[in-house]
Amino acid sequence: MAIANPTIPSAGPAAGSRSFLSKLRDGDEIARLITFLFAASVVLITVLLVYELWINSALARHKFGLEFFVTQVWDPVMDQYGALPFIYGTLVTSVVALLLAVPLGIGASIFLAELAPARVSDTLQFFIDLLAAVPSVIYGLLGVFIVVPLMRTVIYPALNKPLGFLPFFKGPSYGVGFLTAGIVMAIMVIPYIISVSREVLLSVPRDQREAALALGSTRWESTWKVVVPFAKTGIMGSIFLALARALGETMAVTMVIGNTPKISASLFATGYSIAAVIANEFTEATGDLYLQALIELGLVLFLLTFILNGLARLLIVVTTQKGSGVVNR
Amino acid sequence: MKRTALLLTAVLALGALVWAQNGLLINGAGATFPYPIYSKWFDVYHQKNSSIQFNYQSIGSGGGIKQVTEGTVDFGATDGPMNDEQLKAFQDKRGSGILHFPAVLGADVPTYNIPGVTAELNFTPEALAGIFLGKITKWNDPAIAGANKGVNLPAQDIVVVHRSDGSGTTYIWTDYLAKISEEWKSKVGKGTSVNWPVGLGGKGNEGVAGLVKQTPNAFGYVELIYAIQNNMPYGRVKNSSGAFVKADLASVTAAAAGASKDMPEDFRVSITNAPGKTAYPISSFTWLLIPAKIQDGAKRDAIKGFLKWMVTDGQGYAEQLSYAKLPKEVVEKEKKAIDKVQ
Repeated sequence: MAIANPTIPSAGPAAGSRSFLSKLRDGDEIARLITFLFAASVVLITVLLVYELWINSALARHKFGLEFFVTQVWDPVMDQYGALPFIYGTLVTSVVALLLAVPLGIGASIFLAELAPARVSDTLQFFIDLLAAVPSVIYGLLGVFIVVPLMRTVIYPALNKPLGFLPFFKGPSYGVGFLTAGIVMAIMVIPYIISVSREVLLSVPRDQREAALALGSTRWESTWKVVVPFAKTGIMGSIFLALARALGETMAVTMVIGNTPKISASLFATGYSIAAVIANEFTEATGDLYLQALIELGLVLFLLTFILNGLARLLIVVTTQKGSGVVNR
Repeated sequence: MKRTALLLTAVLALGALVWAQNGLLINGAGATFPYPIYSKWFDVYHQKNSSIQFNYQSIGSGGGIKQVTEGTVDFGATDGPMNDEQLKAFQDKRGSGILHFPAVLGADVPTYNIPGVTAELNFTPEALAGIFLGKITKWNDPAIAGANKGVNLPAQDIVVVHRSDGSGTTYIWTDYLAKISEEWKSKVGKGTSVNWPVGLGGKGNEGVAGLVKQTPNAFGYVELIYAIQNNMPYGRVKNSSGAFVKADLASVTAAAAGASKDMPEDFRVSITNAPGKTAYPISSFTWLLIPAKIQDGAKRDAIKGFLKWMVTDGQGYAEQLSYAKLPKEVVEKEKKAIDKVQ
């Protein structure tokens, strides 16, 4: 290396590294190409997925058109299919799950990142990661054996008596239903929110905290007014990750939602979600139209995820522009 | 690099060896309900004829019909017979027909959870249809109480539970309801999934059983095998001769025997509500679907050989796995039908 230019020792390494780099240049290009292909494959898979769903639902799309989105009947015998009860069930359970999981998850992550001693925080984090890795069918069993009886004997009477006049808490409860599914889903997504939010909070620069404390704020003030707003974008990200998981959750939901394609205002009523009906009926769907209607439901779920993700991005852009310019992670 | 190549060769060689050892591999796919008996049969048959191996994927009846029509498997299996439309699709695609061969029998039983009631309840067809149509809503309704004199039925709402996943179990149940109730036939119909007028959905037999066990005053239906293996209480059903019959392997076989007199040549027959004093009314065959023309001579002989064994010696394995055996009449008919496979 240094031999290349022995007269100027100081220039040796520089010149050497340059020639080394230029040798690698070709390799750089190759690496770039390969990694680009990897990245492109993600896009390709998404496009292919939509294409397949689109092509394989042609029959159902032509037969029902936009009616599909507003029809409430799902009748495989008479070949009548509508997606509305499933869209409704998917949205309601996801919203319930987020309403429960977001405050809990963010609260816990603030404790873990800001207030807890490092050892406690790390130990708890281990358990949270463990929770995130539990298969959803296990959560389903947890729902069936713990949440469902609890719902029937404790939660339902507690909510129905004082709040029964509200349409959300009216009617009888069988233990299974929207609220039960929402609770089980909340338990499932909380680890995601905690895990990601904690990392984001931990990555907030120390000067931010020190500056706030130096200005005379209390520990909580520095956390709530400085650190959390700084990490807002990342926390939002964790919530949308949780939403994505909630929308697509299948196994646990079908075990506790009651599987009835009906729309009811009451959270105690039973319902159905898109992912659950696909999992339930796909294997035995014999008719062409039946199968295609199920595939179209898959397309609808994709669309729903797409729209909600788009809204989420928009929300992040809007809120960060309003904020004090603390846009980073 | 060299080592990887060596390893790869070894794996390939091993794969080829296993493949070669298999001799003849016959692929099938379809119904999940008979999967335990099929895998037992295929295993025993392979031990007796080591050159023939079966590979069966229990992907559901719908998938079985689809795959055998596409020709991706050698045979299919289904809990509900193929309809005329599906037969025509097969004929159009493959240029020849497909044959149904009853393998064993299954049944659905009504199960319930009424606090304070331990007696075995009797159900009339009218009561069953009324409950599932949502017309009978209380346990002490005369339609139920009338058949259960001396049982103190509560004035509680019935919580109906049905299967949420498409299944042969649901097909048998709705096929029965459609036979005994005109209203059910016109309003709901029969199928592996239907638009239920009332009730909650549980996934699989275990889902229905779980909901019924947990929910007071619940009523649902499960497969007989599932009820027997899990020691679940279940009710008697009134058959077409007017007798209340409890489902067991004998009464299910009796239903098939009762229906075998009018058995069509292609075996596509529903035996729900079958005649016979001892016949259990909510019973059904489960079928193997064999193409009428099999090009590969070795495969054809192997499949025919297996079918012959299945309806004779094979039936001996049915009862230990809680499946009801085929009645003699059906076995004789099937033996003749096997020759139709060309």
